[in-house]
Amino acid sequence: MALARVLIRPKAGILDPQGEAVQRALPALGFDGASDVRIGRLVELEIDENTSADGLDQICEQLLANPLIEEYEIEVLRPSA
Amino acid sequence: MRFGVVRFPGTCDEIDALRAAAAVGDAELLWHGDADLKGVDAVIVPGGFSYGDYLRVGALARFSPVMGEVAEFAAAGGPVLGICNGFQILCEAGLLPGALLPNLSMRFVCRDVDLVVATDRTPFTRGIEVGSSLTIPAKHKCGRYYVPDEQLAELHANDQVLFRYAAGQNPNGSIDDIAGVTNEAGNVAGLMPHPEHAVDALLGSIDGLRLFAAAAERSVATV
Repeated sequence: MALARVLIRPKAGILDPQGEAVQRALPALGFDGASDVRIGRLVELEIDENTSADGLDQICEQLLANPLIEEYEIEVLRPSA
Repeated sequence: MRFGVVRFPGTCDEIDALRAAAAVGDAELLWHGDADLKGVDAVIVPGGFSYGDYLRVGALARFSPVMGEVAEFAAAGGPVLGICNGFQILCEAGLLPGALLPNLSMRFVCRDVDLVVATDRTPFTRGIEVGSSLTIPAKHKCGRYYVPDEQLAELHANDQVLFRYAAGQNPNGSIDDIAGVTNEAGNVAGLMPHPEHAVDALLGSIDGLRLFAAAAERSVATV
């Protein structure tokens, strides 16, 4: 088995009110150095090691992400030998 | 006219939708797990929180067995109306264009809104004058309609905008004040506000009943 990590975030140009709210809260911590806060989600899947990159793309396109509003990155972590 | 109202796990507005439909025709519940529309003449996909809104609103419901039947019914020209979560489901299923994003305010909105009818070429708005206004409650946290610019131009060119929020009343930041859209053929429609909650004068408005009456080809006056 291998671990696949899919990182999903709002597409560039899509307003992210969650990110904006967090950004507005940061100065309350005395932290003024952050801009463009964007909030997405992380999906982890245990997958068969032979799963093709195409197969993972299909999963993302058809379910994990909505390509109209979100972009995604897939990272596959092979188990150490 | 026999309406079928689809119930998913987490749906909560199906009984109101059933009552609204029953006021103008026959109505029955359809279970999401049955790949069977029971021969109904129109399908309502009602509001609620199907599958707990897990992953994304509407994302999981489209894999329910009934949705394959709904897609076939829609492709054959059958009238389908998605309300709130039902609208989100139809968008996720690709039966309607666009997507619904969290309200810009990040707050749950619950109030009456005035909707301006933008096209009368759907089964649910036929006979309702374009430009006229319907008062219908909105209640959602994820109702910001979005389509990319090039697709927005297509919606306008194809007369696919169904309802707009009246000026100054956009409750969620929807692009171009769009409250509802239709597919290109005009038989599948969806909107965020809830016509099924506006069917009794006691509750403030009967404007929502007009959508069901239009589908049943009855006028509200005779209901």
